[in-house]
Amino acid sequence: MPPAEHFVQPPHWEWWILGYFFLGGLAGGSYALGTLLRIAGDARDESATRIAYVASFIALIPCPIFLALDLGQPIRFWHMLVDTSDGGLSFNVVSPMSVGSWALVLFGLFSFVSFLGALADMGRLPAARPIASVLRGGPGIVWGVFGTAFGVFICGYTGVLLAVSNQPVWSDGGWVLGGLFLASALAGSAALLLLLARSRRDIASDTEGRIAAADRMFVILEAILIVLFFVTLVLADTVLRVLGVWILLWIVVLVGLLAPLVSGWRPDLARRWPPLAAPVLALLGVLALRALVIFSAQFG
Amino acid sequence: MGFFTDTSICIGCKACEVACKEWNQLEGNKPQFLADSFDNTGQLDAQNWRHVQFIEQVPDNRGTLVQPTPIAGGQAWLMMSDVCKHCKNASCLEVCPTGAITRTEFDTVFIQQDVCNGCRNCISACPYGVIGFNDQTGTVHKCTLCYDRLQTGMQPACAKACPTESIQFGYIEDLHAAADKRLANLKQAGYAKAQLYGRDEKVYGGLNAFFLLMDQPETYGLVNERNAVLPRRNNMPGYVGGVATAALGLIAGLLAFRNGRMNGNNVGTNDR
Repeated sequence: MPPAEHFVQPPHWEWWILGYFFLGGLAGGSYALGTLLRIAGDARDESATRIAYVASFIALIPCPIFLALDLGQPIRFWHMLVDTSDGGLSFNVVSPMSVGSWALVLFGLFSFVSFLGALADMGRLPAARPIASVLRGGPGIVWGVFGTAFGVFICGYTGVLLAVSNQPVWSDGGWVLGGLFLASALAGSAALLLLLARSRRDIASDTEGRIAAADRMFVILEAILIVLFFVTLVLADTVLRVLGVWILLWIVVLVGLLAPLVSGWRPDLARRWPPLAAPVLALLGVLALRALVIFSAQFG
Repeated sequence: MGFFTDTSICIGCKACEVACKEWNQLEGNKPQFLADSFDNTGQLDAQNWRHVQFIEQVPDNRGTLVQPTPIAGGQAWLMMSDVCKHCKNASCLEVCPTGAITRTEFDTVFIQQDVCNGCRNCISACPYGVIGFNDQTGTVHKCTLCYDRLQTGMQPACAKACPTESIQFGYIEDLHAAADKRLANLKQAGYAKAQLYGRDEKVYGGLNAFFLLMDQPETYGLVNERNAVLPRRNNMPGYVGGVATAALGLIAGLLAFRNGRMNGNNVGTNDR
């Protein structure tokens, strides 16, 4: 395969976008994990499920703000949804940014309702008890499954958005980036839940252990996709763009991948660490991965 | 309608750049020394909708030719007035989420300033680095092919100002015929590397602003046919990769959450 050739200009997507990619991934991933716990778990996991839904919506709140602030005309954020040329809806199926804007709106609806239900179940918002009662049992599962579909989309479409361009690294990473960001978001969300579980101590240790086990699987999936990402860059002859100074960020990514694995496979070692160390390192790794993909392509 | 830019007769006078700025009221960027031949424009962007490139292929101090000169192929000093290509399959138009980028009745690509919200997705997509972001307007800008002049039956300012007729404006079919004739003449004169770029459909379905080049496209910062690919090529593979990962991830999550329950609720102590 001959090397790719790029003469593009960078779009200067920087810190706001990094913040959105990070928090959007955590929002979608936390929602998905909450739903999985509700489906696969039992009554003892309900506390973790509620925390996942609350964390999802709180992580989601800054996302549209960050996206609007990144625009050159923040007041025109609604042009993503309404075509001001003809007054109809603005939807371009070929543009992941357009599809993602709609997905973010719909996911916001699911996340918000689940958030209200979770708060009511926690006794924090009595006015939302009717919502909580509706979401218990079958309807709650169905609601969660649809919300998870949108949440998972939010985790991964950001990678597709980057790939659907002509930028070096992003477009060379092609089919891998969407999956990589998704796996990374799931791993980061599991780490976030572990962090909250170990901070709050109102989540059953059994539940916490199973979240850690899931985290390790997500990390392995992410590691495989990172290798595939490198392969695509080598084939396109753009791998050097993500090396050099970016190796520092790769180290953070690597530590973030190893921390949950070590804490699971070598508990004797992990016992010497502060209890929050592994999830914090994992979250930093998730952030670093997005930072190096976003910045290396534009300034590598 | 479109442009045919014949680089073999460009003399690098930059009249096109000046005329473009005059008509479109572009302030231009602050002048700077780029140490790049006679080029102090640098690149196409929000303030430069025409950019005259100077590509030096001249002997070094020892008299050695960096590139073989004329007749054998190529020129000693290549010049080209670069511009938006108004691609028939336009990457920028394809990814625009707001519908701000449209195709006009003249088959040109136009950015509606009152619709654009400055997301810059088009900048990431344009393979020629044509579109630029303007901090003052908060929107993106590029050549309009003088849409306002076309509406009143005038030709674009750059073509009007070009003293050598290196930039020609007209109906695409007429321009194609003129380009074919010119290329044949150059080939007959021995210019082996002379070639048309964007004349046929191999590059983005054909370019409404196409070129006669005296060297390979890459020499001028133009993607070659193999690399002239649309952003959408990664759409389906990207989503398929995402769906496959989602399936694996969700199954892994379900297994992890179920396994623990089946194994007797004793996993949690490992992570303390």
